[in-house]
Amino acid sequence: MPRRVYPTPRQPLDEGALIDDANAIIARYPAGRSRSALLPMLHLVQSAQGYVTSDGIAFCAKLLHLTRAEVAAVSTFYTMYKRRPTGEYLISVCTNTMCGVLGGQRSYDELSEQLGVGHNQTTADGVITLEHAECLAACDYAPVLTVNYEFFDQVDADKAKEIVAQLRAGKRPHPDRGGPLCGFKQISRQLAGFDDAVVGGHAADNDNLCQVVGREAGDVAGEPTLAGNRCSVATADRDNT
Amino acid sequence: MTGAAAIQAASVTPVLTQRWPHQPWKLANYERLDGYAGLRQALRQTPDALIELVKQSGLRGRGGAGFPTGLKWSFLPKDVGAPHYLVINADEGEPGTCKDLPLMMVDPHSLLEGAIITAYAIGAHQAFIYVRGEAVHAARRLRQAVREARAKNYLGRNILGSGFGLDVVVHAGAGAYICGEETALLESLEGFRGQPRLKPPFPATHGLYASPTVVNNVETIASVPFIVRHGADWFKSMGTEKSPGPKIYSISGHVKHPGQYECELGITLRQLLELAGGVRAGRSLKFWTPGGSSTPYFTAEHSDVPLDFEGAAAAGSMLGTTAIMVFDETTCIVGATLRFIEFYAHESCGKCTPCREGTYWMEQVLRRLEAGEGTEEDLSTLLDTCDNIFGRSFCALGDGATSCVVSSIKYFRDEYIAHVRQRRCPLASHASAPLAAQGVH
Repeated sequence: MPRRVYPTPRQPLDEGALIDDANAIIARYPAGRSRSALLPMLHLVQSAQGYVTSDGIAFCAKLLHLTRAEVAAVSTFYTMYKRRPTGEYLISVCTNTMCGVLGGQRSYDELSEQLGVGHNQTTADGVITLEHAECLAACDYAPVLTVNYEFFDQVDADKAKEIVAQLRAGKRPHPDRGGPLCGFKQISRQLAGFDDAVVGGHAADNDNLCQVVGREAGDVAGEPTLAGNRCSVATADRDNT
Repeated sequence: MTGAAAIQAASVTPVLTQRWPHQPWKLANYERLDGYAGLRQALRQTPDALIELVKQSGLRGRGGAGFPTGLKWSFLPKDVGAPHYLVINADEGEPGTCKDLPLMMVDPHSLLEGAIITAYAIGAHQAFIYVRGEAVHAARRLRQAVREARAKNYLGRNILGSGFGLDVVVHAGAGAYICGEETALLESLEGFRGQPRLKPPFPATHGLYASPTVVNNVETIASVPFIVRHGADWFKSMGTEKSPGPKIYSISGHVKHPGQYECELGITLRQLLELAGGVRAGRSLKFWTPGGSSTPYFTAEHSDVPLDFEGAAAAGSMLGTTAIMVFDETTCIVGATLRFIEFYAHESCGKCTPCREGTYWMEQVLRRLEAGEGTEEDLSTLLDTCDNIFGRSFCALGDGATSCVVSSIKYFRDEYIAHVRQRRCPLASHASAPLAAQGVH
């Protein structure tokens, strides 16, 4: 029997539940250019099953009039499409040079030891998948890690372990930027371009609750000017206008 | 630019970041701060006049290569019967580079306003913003901005009654550094593996869907509304003759205040370090990158090199994305370079043999050097490998991978040799991590 690139899922993909969303994705692109929908469609099937399965591949192929081999060739190219069931939380620790030098490597090593999993592996309880990530474009806040791609800035090993402890205790610590944490499937849905998938309302609205910290009006150029990127719901300005 | 003039220049009113303290992601705030005023002005001009204006301003691409933006726009052929496309490269991922994410997060409408003006100038009715997948927060923020802009008729079929129509789609990637290369990005946007195309033909004639396409970086596009509002001469009053305008310098690493610093092009590291509070207490500068990991390292002796496209190149590096990564003397040059090469080996798309194999083998050699198991001959092996990578691949990823290797051996050969002779890393480990070293947590 030939080796399958993608595993057959335990639960088959509910295509009926995805078809409207898939068509909405295809409609974003010019007529006759439906293949452009493939990357968001792969995020979409991942949002249903937590990883890309043989069913997900077949679904994309059918709707975009591609072969399954063509779809698999694309999905295997990109790091964010997972080939094995992913935990509720994907923890990506940046270990590229800057974060690595500033403590990211140590965070990764200690998390790996504590969780008993290596790169791209999931804890037995299915809660956490660990990976080391390449540069996440947040070097000014190095070392960083992300939980389901939401950023936690200036995280040393102790803080990293604290975040993980909270996640395993069923809590969701608030990221330093953007909206509240959600599950891996829900963030995959956002990656497919849908903003309705966040616990507690719309992600973008929650982003708008963020308070600018850092530079004040009237400061001259040259001050650290990352104002607005640092967010905290605790000090949220709830005026959304 | 002389030192004194440059320091004065560094404290002029910010341009790209001027709205940042005022929550400009809220459309009402953005509008109050002259938001979309540039668009209104642009729609009263002809597209050709706008292209000429941007040409005159001397604006050069902010994504690393520094190609003249107006010239790029003017390359699009007219009347070829194919639609024109605008594609914005928001696939920020070059190690050290962290300017576009904050820009999109804080001031997303400035990017949209620039996109609408650019699309109008090049005759495109469809624009795509390709945001790296890991930057979910920025994509969310952009989608929100697009919805708001649509509701206020800044986007749509008849923008502000001008008769010009544009739709913008925010497209999330899926984790591949190579998609920051413009032709790989186009491949990815078309639903393929992100592998670069052979150039020519260039995207200007055969871009997205083989149609005339402009691909510009986020910061480039966000600069456009300011040029429209204040003119080419105003823009050229900042920066240097061949590299005019303001630029966001991202400073990270062993400095007191890492962050985004908007300055005129041509500022020096010495001045930037003053702005960032200097190297952390008790330490001194060892090496730094002027524009991300793909630009050859500089050392303390380059502290007064003017950081514009010409100055960085003349001193043996490149301006790149003005991502200033600062490392002090606790950082092992071999370890730092190894991590960069692991990155390139991981991110090489595999299409071209020199890059795919070269980065793989350099990783093996650097790994044994770092572990104290290398030989002095390994240094010539590395340099020879670099010779066989550089200039021999479709895109610049392989070229970029050679930068840190060649420059680290050029400036720190002794430290490599020490690894070989002492059979271990001569530096104390973990001292480079400030949080651990200071016992903060």
